[in-house]
Amino acid sequence: MLEVQNLHTYYGNIHALRGISLTVDEGEIVTLIGANGAGKTTTLNTISGLLKPREGRVLLEGEEITDLPPHEIVKRGVVQAPEGRRIFARMTVMENLEIAAYTRTDKEGIRLDMERVFDLFPRLAERRNQLGGTLSGGEQQMLAIGRALMGKPRVLLLDEPSMGLAPLLVEEIFETIQQLNSEEGVTILLVEQNALMALSVAHRGYVLETGEVVLEGSAKELRENPDVRRAYLGGI
Amino acid sequence: MRDLQPSQLFRTALISSTVPLLLALTGMVEAFSKRGLIGEAVSVGHVLLFLSILIAAYLFERRQKSPSPLNATISGIVIGGVSGIVLVVLVFLTKALIPKPWDLRSIFPNASPALIEVLTFSRGERTGALLLFLFSVVSGLIGTLFPLIPLLIRGPLTTGFLVTLIVGLLQDIISTLPIFRGKIIKFFFARSGFKPVGALLIFIVTIVLAALWHQYGRRLREEHRQLQQRRPMTVQIAVWTFVLLFLLVLPRIVGSYMSEVLDTVGLYILMGLGLNIVVGFAGMLDLGYVAFFAIGAYTMAVLTSTELGFFNLTFWEALPLSILASIAAGVILGVPVLKMRGDYLAIVTMGFGEIIRILVLSDFLKPILGGAQGLTRIARPVIEGPIIGRIVIKDPPHFYYLILIGCLIALFISIRLKASRLGRAWMAIREDEDVAEAMGINLVTTKLLAFATGAALSGLSGAIFASKINSMAPHSFNLLISIYVLSLIIVGGMGSLPGVVVGAFALMGLPELLREFAEYRMLVYGAAMVVMMLYKPEGLWPEATHVRALRQEESREPVPEPSPKKAPAATVASE
Repeated sequence: MLEVQNLHTYYGNIHALRGISLTVDEGEIVTLIGANGAGKTTTLNTISGLLKPREGRVLLEGEEITDLPPHEIVKRGVVQAPEGRRIFARMTVMENLEIAAYTRTDKEGIRLDMERVFDLFPRLAERRNQLGGTLSGGEQQMLAIGRALMGKPRVLLLDEPSMGLAPLLVEEIFETIQQLNSEEGVTILLVEQNALMALSVAHRGYVLETGEVVLEGSAKELRENPDVRRAYLGGI
Repeated sequence: MRDLQPSQLFRTALISSTVPLLLALTGMVEAFSKRGLIGEAVSVGHVLLFLSILIAAYLFERRQKSPSPLNATISGIVIGGVSGIVLVVLVFLTKALIPKPWDLRSIFPNASPALIEVLTFSRGERTGALLLFLFSVVSGLIGTLFPLIPLLIRGPLTTGFLVTLIVGLLQDIISTLPIFRGKIIKFFFARSGFKPVGALLIFIVTIVLAALWHQYGRRLREEHRQLQQRRPMTVQIAVWTFVLLFLLVLPRIVGSYMSEVLDTVGLYILMGLGLNIVVGFAGMLDLGYVAFFAIGAYTMAVLTSTELGFFNLTFWEALPLSILASIAAGVILGVPVLKMRGDYLAIVTMGFGEIIRILVLSDFLKPILGGAQGLTRIARPVIEGPIIGRIVIKDPPHFYYLILIGCLIALFISIRLKASRLGRAWMAIREDEDVAEAMGINLVTTKLLAFATGAALSGLSGAIFASKINSMAPHSFNLLISIYVLSLIIVGGMGSLPGVVVGAFALMGLPELLREFAEYRMLVYGAAMVVMMLYKPEGLWPEATHVRALRQEESREPVPEPSPKKAPAATVASE
């Protein structure tokens, strides 16, 4: 469904992505794991059009979207929930969700999707008129995911959903991610530092190191790979 | 002296004594002393001086945790006394140094014999200084004892005092209002300020009214609220009709001079509403906003001026073209600054404003724009109709209606835009540009639309301005205008529409009414801005959500993490 071919992205002179290639098939959860600075977030930002690569292509169902501006890419169904939640602090939960449906014009569909988000995260429904900035960390993450869902994603790009959350909340968020995928059929590309958690919900994964894919395989293979275990899973 | 720390008290006293000192040394006390408040005896300058001591003492006492009459008396005497001593020292120092080479006036030009006259109530040094000291102490005492008076009495007293002060300050304007007959004016006012009996009457009447409001106001408000709940439409229509009727007859009530002031305020409201879209809604700091005002004004001038004779269009033909020219300028400025944020954007837009001003002044464009001399004979709006005949709009009260229509249209546009999809996109950009982009908001068009809409309103304001003053000088378009407009938005409350109106009246209207202030405008602006940011950062009439956000940030309690779904592992293990 989503195909990335040989991406090279730079920050000024810094060569951040050195030829990343990956594919995400329909209905999959694919995870990118790796250490800080490996290029995980850069990859996501390049796919969503916030950064432009110097080389390489991004294809959505065979159609090239590399050079499209971000709002066009969102319209085509590739929606990102940015790193660090970054919800609109001075807007209410409802307003946050409404603005995320900005590219859509189907009022009925937007209403239904909002209900779906509230079903998925009942705690957001309780706080619908509260300002985003007053939510707890976990609630903010739920709102960030809910916000991405309002864009009617065919491919959802999730950036570090576990960042800064208590372990129990992390579990809860990941359960929701899995539920989104299995019950609603959303295709997900998941960037995560918490490799153990990511590999437990993903179907496949890529391991990134300094801007390159060093290893790929099914989640099970990666979980059992001794190198991965040593480097990312804290095991022996 | 429990709970009263002497060191803290003296520090406050010293700090607050600088305010009357500054007021005296900047010349404000002297400037205002020429205006009487109650006859010749009490001048506005004196009120200003002692009011500053009183307020400082009041603010100090209000911060005390356990107020007691004894403590309040002591602090009042200390605060008033220190200020009094400082002022007395100023009097003697000024007097002693006048003939010497180290005249205080070489540094503080206002430390003059005239100031001493004012400070000593023209009663000679000894008696005057004693009086000055005593009045300072009394002011301090009133300030600290005031919070101890029960609210029931305190409220009406404050209202009465403030209303008397304001009416007294506006005396010369009130006495020119056409609705009052000469006899009434003569009964209340002396040549300068109140007659004592007039002041007393106003004071008492206000107190009685305020006390009645205190007693029955709640019931009235409650009834109003209920009515609003039962028939919201009716109440709204009634309020709007009343406001509109009032606005329509306003120039009749206030006369020509005040209409002129209202026109100025109206033009600033128009600009404020425009800049509010750029800064308040979309969060882009624009310091070159005057450029669009200038472009609107000059387009109007060039197209209609019979002095130039290029086009000789009428006002109505030139008006849409002026607005279009401003919009075009808005887009032209918008494109290169799309990627800039915050401080960088502010500097670039400021440069843009200066470029326009310098272009207008340049010899290069002199044949078209008139250079430093400006342009004259700009067209006036003419309305022709079968019944009304031919009306040329040229007096301030006539222009008032034109500006009023402009403001209402701008207000309507702003209200509609704020609630629209576009308005929400602007809000998102203001909050977080990157996320807004990731949400699928087209930054280019959204930002350009904000610049263009803001420029259009400013251009409209400029076009009316040009026609109103008829001949135009390029010096009217300097950076200060941009800063005034930005200030009125901040004072009113960022992003709030009523705030723009309130801010324009406070910053542009008040200085026109108190002409002595005009000289100290920037000083007062600066002080008002600091006080605002400290005590009311959200503005005079803020947007609802903005208050919530600011207040919540201050008193944010840790939000409890929601309870986990599963029981903690430990309990499971122990079972």
